[in-house]
Amino acid sequence: MSDKTLTRMDLSEAVFREVGLSRNESAQLVESVLQYMSDALAQGETVKISSFGTFSVRDKAARVGRNPKTGEEVPIHPRRVLTFRPSHLMKDRVAAGNRG
Amino acid sequence: MIRSELIQKIADDNQHLYQRDVEKIVNTIFEEIISALARGDRVELRGFGAFSVKERGARTGRNPRTGEAVDVDEKSVPFFKTGKLLRDRLNGKETD
Repeated sequence: MSDKTLTRMDLSEAVFREVGLSRNESAQLVESVLQYMSDALAQGETVKISSFGTFSVRDKAARVGRNPKTGEEVPIHPRRVLTFRPSHLMKDRVAAGNRG
Repeated sequence: MIRSELIQKIADDNQHLYQRDVEKIVNTIFEEIISALARGDRVELRGFGAFSVKERGARTGRNPRTGEAVDVDEKSVPFFKTGKLLRDRLNGKETD
């Protein structure tokens, strides 16, 4: 495992390399993709990217939690969480690439 | 929203680009994330979330139909953690 962390910059560099737009425009397009996905999710929509995976929003009910340090009970309000379910293709490639 | 709708939104905003280039741009982004994870790298997209690889240890599973014990090898699986900004937006907090 190489344990490197990629960022937006690496994604826009890939777009720059593959499509041949300027670095600036490539960066804006990466941002725009993330923005549209975030907007859809914020509206409660599911975002399904074939051969990549599915992002969906789930509602979590209210419950009583506990501060693990003090033991004090604290109410946890109902909230929405995002779950990502990777596609079979992604799971297979990640498993194959990190074998052994 | 599905991949083709995402491509359409980007194409509508960028009339100067060919549709096939917009497809290539969107596909490149997702392909780059998968390739990074396949190498064991992380992908951190501030505000959106982070993709990483988690190790699942070897275990003894069970065939749910027959109840027979089967050895399951250790394997690596993709994992996504939602970024703070997006998590807040899901809950109606706009911090912008």
